Amino acid sequence: MEIPYTVTARPDTGLYSAKIGIWLFLASEVMLFGGLFSSYVFLRMGATPGLWPHGLLNVPVGTMNTAILILSSVTVVMAWASLKMRKFNMYRLYMAITILCGIIFLAVKLGYEYPDKFHHFGAYIKPEAVEKYERYLGNEHMAKKGLAPRYEITGHLEGETEDHFLVLLDPINANPTDPANDRPHFIPRGRPGEAQWQTFEAAEKAGKKEEAEKLEHELIEKNLLAEVKKEDVRWASAFEPKHSSFFAVYFTITGLHGLHVLGGILIFLYFLFPGAALYKKNPEHLANRIEVAGLFWHFVDLVWIFAFPIFYLL
Amino acid sequence: MSELTTHTAEVAEHAHDDAAHVAAHIKTYLAVGGILLVGTVITVLLSYVDFGSQGRNIIIAMIVATIKVGFVAAIFMHLNSEKSTIYRVIVMTIFFCIVLFALTGLAIFDPIHLK
Amino acid sequence: MNNPANEASLAGGPAKTHHHDVPHHESHDAHDEHDHYNPGFWSKYVFSTDHKMIGMQYLVTGLIFLFLGFVMVILMRYQLAYPGKQIPFVGLWLQDIVGKAFMPGGVMAPDFYNSLGAMHGTVMIFLGVVPVAFAAFGNYVVPLQIGAPDMSFPKLNMASYWSFFLGGVLMMASFFMPGGTAKGGWTSYAPLSVIGDMPGTLGIPMTWPIALTGQSIWLISMVFLITSSLLGSVNFITTIIQLRAPGMTWMRMPFFCWAMLVTAYILLLAFPPLEAAAVMQLMDRVFHTSFFSPDGLVVNGLPLAKSGGGSVLLWQHLFWFLGHPEVYVLILPGIGIVAEIISNNTRKPLWSYKSLVYSAVSVGILSFVVWAHHMYLTGMGQKVAAFFQTTTVLISVPSVIIVTALLISYWGGSIRFNTPMCFATAWLPMFGIGGLTGIPLAFNSIVLQLHDTYYVIGHFHYVVAPGTLFAIFAGIYYWFPKATGRKMSEFWGKIHFFGSLICMNGIFMPMFLQGMAGMHRRWYDGGASYELAKPVLHLNVAITMAAFGLMIFQLPFIWNFFSSIFIGKKCGDNPWNATTLEWNTPTPPPHGNFTKPVAAYRGPNEYSVPGAPRDFSPQWEPNI
Repeated sequence: MEIPYTVTARPDTGLYSAKIGIWLFLASEVMLFGGLFSSYVFLRMGATPGLWPHGLLNVPVGTMNTAILILSSVTVVMAWASLKMRKFNMYRLYMAITILCGIIFLAVKLGYEYPDKFHHFGAYIKPEAVEKYERYLGNEHMAKKGLAPRYEITGHLEGETEDHFLVLLDPINANPTDPANDRPHFIPRGRPGEAQWQTFEAAEKAGKKEEAEKLEHELIEKNLLAEVKKEDVRWASAFEPKHSSFFAVYFTITGLHGLHVLGGILIFLYFLFPGAALYKKNPEHLANRIEVAGLFWHFVDLVWIFAFPIFYLL
Repeated sequence: MSELTTHTAEVAEHAHDDAAHVAAHIKTYLAVGGILLVGTVITVLLSYVDFGSQGRNIIIAMIVATIKVGFVAAIFMHLNSEKSTIYRVIVMTIFFCIVLFALTGLAIFDPIHLK
Repeated sequence: MNNPANEASLAGGPAKTHHHDVPHHESHDAHDEHDHYNPGFWSKYVFSTDHKMIGMQYLVTGLIFLFLGFVMVILMRYQLAYPGKQIPFVGLWLQDIVGKAFMPGGVMAPDFYNSLGAMHGTVMIFLGVVPVAFAAFGNYVVPLQIGAPDMSFPKLNMASYWSFFLGGVLMMASFFMPGGTAKGGWTSYAPLSVIGDMPGTLGIPMTWPIALTGQSIWLISMVFLITSSLLGSVNFITTIIQLRAPGMTWMRMPFFCWAMLVTAYILLLAFPPLEAAAVMQLMDRVFHTSFFSPDGLVVNGLPLAKSGGGSVLLWQHLFWFLGHPEVYVLILPGIGIVAEIISNNTRKPLWSYKSLVYSAVSVGILSFVVWAHHMYLTGMGQKVAAFFQTTTVLISVPSVIIVTALLISYWGGSIRFNTPMCFATAWLPMFGIGGLTGIPLAFNSIVLQLHDTYYVIGHFHYVVAPGTLFAIFAGIYYWFPKATGRKMSEFWGKIHFFGSLICMNGIFMPMFLQGMAGMHRRWYDGGASYELAKPVLHLNVAITMAAFGLMIFQLPFIWNFFSSIFIGKKCGDNPWNATTLEWNTPTPPPHGNFTKPVAAYRGPNEYSVPGAPRDFSPQWEPNI
């Protein structure tokens, strides 16, 4: 006896079984991401004022990725519509675009965004030592504006000795009183001291000790390079999950989301190549399958629509 | 068997309707795609506007995100015309999701006051 | 109404879809197909997609895990009764298996006690009772009771079992890892679970990957188990919604199916937050994040080298968001089984079937809003505590309605006390004691005294040990004839029943006394080194004796179970004169279940209908 309602709808519910199945699955996914997002909310609300990082992610790249995911959502719905209208070639085209979008999304995430973070460094200053680093933190300015104090010095870790970190500063710490940095959004990839640092390195390489020392001194004078004493540091790490609650949640949610994207890509690859053979046998069944897979894909898109602003923008 | 033939005719008509129905929606799908892209740009732009406090910015960004999600759910996921079984599942899920957020929040932010 | 078979053929596919609404056209075809179904050994017994075989796989695996969990607690009970003594017979043997650090000279070390405690809880709940009560009975019985040929997604069903199997094997494998299993209890409270079990402690080599330490394996295998129950519950709900036979309206569905539907919903929605939490704890352990590590955590006098900023209470909330509904996952299938058996053996309809259904549904919904009563002593404010006290008291209302309705079902019945009925009858007071002793625990002022004492242990074991297990035994005795064509022995069944009943109470009743005297649940020496436990210390020996007794009284069951497959009394398709659809199939049911079209013509428990020719009117018989 075959199992009924795999292709056609049961009259009283009006649904084929897989559609109920996928919605139930999505319900549990909502709870899964609900658990993660609620953790985000509570960790953020519970964080000491000033300790929740802002603007550490690349907004233009994130926006581009959002657009790519939205585009893929459109194409997957078009793929389904093409099947419904029995236009098989259009289906293949749209499906291929969807898969391509998914791959670009993952490639940007894994190939650019994640590694870019791993090269970035941040050091949290102990509350009692904060005053020593006023020229990088600008807390007087922050207090005047009624904003939460800063505790972290970020930038590129250029050197580490037994008792201090040498950090080529991000604009926010190089220019802490600049109002543009009050609520930072997006730290440009280049640091303000980048060029001078390279001259310094070249000088050091060439053995021009005096010139190098002068350049380094100049960098420090100009607030582009900072020596952060380890005894003043509460916690320092590259921008990895262990850096802070923010990056912990960011990597967990986007990582899990990335796994979902990967899963979607694999499913779509199946339906583009071996799974498409079903079209000859029963195109309606294939359309149903694409609808179900598409529902999953839209959900992945939907999670991203929430994840993008809370991590990149706010 | 005559009964079966009428069924076939009915079903054929139904399938034809279905295809026409879908074709009529294609413009909607593209339009929604456009709205979502515009929405994304709006989200980014709004985050550069200072609405007075971080909290207000978050609320406004979440409203925009919810509207976008609403479009995806209603049009792409066909929730604007779905069957009641699905609605029931979704309502229940949303309810329990709210429970998860609200009660955990309540419990974490109403600690005993040690005085 | 559209005929789906035609729609399929129109779309280019073969018109093979069989459909319940057109039984007259399709019945011969369906029959033929069933005759042709002849899979090989592997796809019939191992990688089977047939819901009955999967149900049996779940049953056997689950019973094995129940046994393992029981053995673990027997070892713990020996340590509690005779602290610091060598465990007789198996002590030295265990030393060889788990190592000198855990069983020095055959004596249980504290770390191993913790390991066994954590594993006893985990195995019993996630690997024993849920697979047997929910997955095994659900898989075997639900499609039969609603008149479906199989589950909606047979392949998912198989994936669900194998995901469970993998999770279970992984969990057990952690016994043989350096450092042993998880030691954080079944609740795995942070931050101890995050900082414990690390390389460099407990004899774990420094180079050992953190992902392969006991607690990490616990988390990974939980992810497998959650995946399994997710696939299972999606399948159950879809099956019950989509594959009900014609005429099987919602209010004609056997109460057991309702219980399974509610259980599946709870599993579907309550488990994912724990999965999220497990992922986060795994991140905490493997990638040193600080989800559950607060600021300023000091370990062994040294500040923990972590960013901090996490919240330990977050873990507890996400855990108990599953943890409390999980209790109802354990008990609802039991209630369903017991209800079927009581109705069948009192030869009466269930008293107020509808109120049972509504109660089960409201228990399911309310179970999501009571979880923080496990956390009264975590510094929770009064407003929140008042909310959770109210909801906790509220949830006892539908539970009491269920027990009362089942009890009233006995009124005026002509009761047959066969073995399943004995277990079902004993289930009522056992679950009653478990439930009623829980009401004091709903109030946070009383919890100040009783929190984490043996009173709590006694309370929830009455619910899940005699409560769930008696229902499981009742179910096994009741549906065994359907699965094998033979009845289990009544003689051995009665011995099993009375022995178990006495021993169960012998184990758990004294725990209330110990708990009220203030005995803490996690004392490794059973309280021997605590002055306050002196007056109730002797009870430890009594409890341990009863536990041994319980083990001995399971031997008749094991014998009965296996021998009856071969020498049990042969019986027909409907040995209990029952009314629900599963008794309308051949015995044992073939692949595809029903050989003829099936439909439901009346409610599920129509026994002793006035004017009917017999004292039972099966659902499948049309009105004459």
